[in-house]
Amino acid sequence: MSRLEVGGLSFGYHGRAVGHDVSFALEAGEVMCLLGPNGGGKTTLFRTILGLLPALGGTVAIDGESLHGWSRARLARVLGYVPQAQLGLFPFTVREVVLMGRTAHIGPFATPSRRDVALAEATLGALGVAHLAARAYTEVSGGERQMTLVARALAQEPRVLVMDEPTASLDFGNQVRVLSRVRDLARRGIAVILSTHDPDQAFLCADRVALLHDGRLARLGPTAEVVTPAALRETYGVDVDIVTLTRDGREVRVCLPSLERGPR
Amino acid sequence: MPANVETVVLGVRGPRVLAALEVGAVLAAAGAAYQGLFRNPLVSPDILGVSSGAALGTVLGIWLSLGVVAIQALAFAVGLLAVVVVYLIGAALRRHDPILVLVLAGVVIGTLLGSCVSLIKYLADPYNQLPAITFWLLGSLASVTAGDVRAIVPAVLLGLLPLYLLRWRMNVMTLGEEEARALGVDTRRVRAAVVAGATLMTAAVVSISGVIGWIGLLIPHVARILVGPDFGRLLPASILLGAGYLLAVDTLARTAARIEIPLGVLTALLGAPFFVWVLARSRRGWT
Repeated sequence: MSRLEVGGLSFGYHGRAVGHDVSFALEAGEVMCLLGPNGGGKTTLFRTILGLLPALGGTVAIDGESLHGWSRARLARVLGYVPQAQLGLFPFTVREVVLMGRTAHIGPFATPSRRDVALAEATLGALGVAHLAARAYTEVSGGERQMTLVARALAQEPRVLVMDEPTASLDFGNQVRVLSRVRDLARRGIAVILSTHDPDQAFLCADRVALLHDGRLARLGPTAEVVTPAALRETYGVDVDIVTLTRDGREVRVCLPSLERGPR
Repeated sequence: MPANVETVVLGVRGPRVLAALEVGAVLAAAGAAYQGLFRNPLVSPDILGVSSGAALGTVLGIWLSLGVVAIQALAFAVGLLAVVVVYLIGAALRRHDPILVLVLAGVVIGTLLGSCVSLIKYLADPYNQLPAITFWLLGSLASVTAGDVRAIVPAVLLGLLPLYLLRWRMNVMTLGEEEARALGVDTRRVRAAVVAGATLMTAAVVSISGVIGWIGLLIPHVARILVGPDFGRLLPASILLGAGYLLAVDTLARTAARIEIPLGVLTALLGAPFFVWVLARSRRGWT
C-alpha cells in the first residue's frame, strides 16, 4: 500500500479534460519531481490531487483510502500544499501565516491554542527561519515567503506534501535553500511531490521523475532513467547533454543545454 | 432627577448617543468583515451596495406602510441581494483586476438601486411619505428613538455572532479561495455565514439611520494599523473605534455650527482626505 496512489486520473476544467489517465504511486519518504512544459497541466494535476478541482475520472488515495467525499478539513490534515508564493494582502506576521496551517486541526469556531503556537514556532525553527516569526509576511523577501509557506504546510502535519514550483521566482541562493529542505522533509517520512521547470533540480532532490507532456505521463521512473537527452528533446524540444560529475565520491548529473543557433 | 433633565438625557440625547455607538460599531465591523472576506481593502457596506440595497428595502417598506420588523426584513433582503449580485459580477469578470471589478460592480449596482429609490420617491405620497423618506435618506441620527435602538439589537447581535465565531477562519479567508480550501476551510459556508451576518446587521442599522458612508471603509484600516490584521483583534477594535468615531462625529455635527450639519456630509469631509492618505501608503501592502 502506497502513501499516495493516483490511479487513472483525468483532470481539467468545466468537464474539459486537459490530462488523461495519469497513474503513479508515491511511498512515504519519497520525493517525486513533476517535469513538463508550461501549460502541460502540472498545476491542474496538483489541484485535482488536492481535491480543489473535481476529478473527471480516476481515483486519488492515501494509505489505501480513497479521498473521494472527504471534507476540506479532513483533506487538509493529510495533504499539505505549498502554492507559489504570492504577495500577501494584509500584513499578517510570519507566525500567524504558519499558524493558519493549523486551521484543519482546530474546530471551526476555535482559535489556535498555545500548543499550536509552539508547534508553529518549532516548525519555523526546524526550517532555520525562527527569526522571521514576528516579521510581517508582506515585508519579508521572496525566499523567506516561500519558506514561510513550507512551514505553513508542515504545520498541517501532512502525510503528503504537494509543492507547486516552489523555486519559481526565487533567486539562486533561495532555490538551493528550498531544495535542501525538500530532502529533509522526505527524511521525516513525508511523501513529497513537487513541480519544477528545471530538470537539474530533479537530479538534486528527486528519487523519481514524472514527465507530464500534453496531459499524459510520458515517462515515469527513477530520475537517472527518465531525465535523458531523448526525453528532454521530446518534452521541451531542445537539445541537452547530460553530464556526469563526481562530487564527494558520488556521481551527480547535470543538464547542459545546447543553445540553438539563430537564423543568419 | 427633574423632569426636564430626564426628558433631555433619557428621551432626547440618550437614544441618540446609543444609536451613534450602535450604528458606528456595526458599520465598522461589517466593513472589516467584507474587506477580509472579499480580500479587498477598498470595500465597505456602502461600496458593495449593501447600504443602498438596505436603503431601497427601507424606502419600499415606508412606501408600503409596513411595520418596523417587516421594514428590517425587507432592508436585509434587498441588501443581501445587492451584495450577492455584486459578488457574482466580480466572480464572473475574474480576468480583470479583481479588486477594481468588485468596487466598480458595487458602484454600478449602488447607482441602479439609487435610481429605484428615486422612482419610489416619485411615486410616494408627497405629504406623508416623501418627507419621511427624504429626511431618513439624508443619513441622520436626529430622529432616532429609544424604540428604534432597541428594535435592531437582536439583528445586530445575530449578525455579529458568525463574525465572532469564525474569527480564525476569517484570517485564512484573506489568503484567497484556493489556499483557504487547501488549509481545510469550507469557504462556501464561511462566506455565506459571514456575508449573511454582516449584511443583516448593516441592513438593521441602515433602517434606522439611513446611509452613513465612509465608516465601514475607513475604520477597519485604522483598526488594522493599531492591532494588526488578525480578525480576533480586528473585530473588537473596529467595533470600539467605529462606535467612538460616530459618536464623536455626531456630536460635532450637532454642536459645530448654529444649525445641525448633516452627518453624511461630515463623515465624507473627514473621510475623503483620510482615504487618500490610506491609498498613498498602501504601496507596501494594505494596512
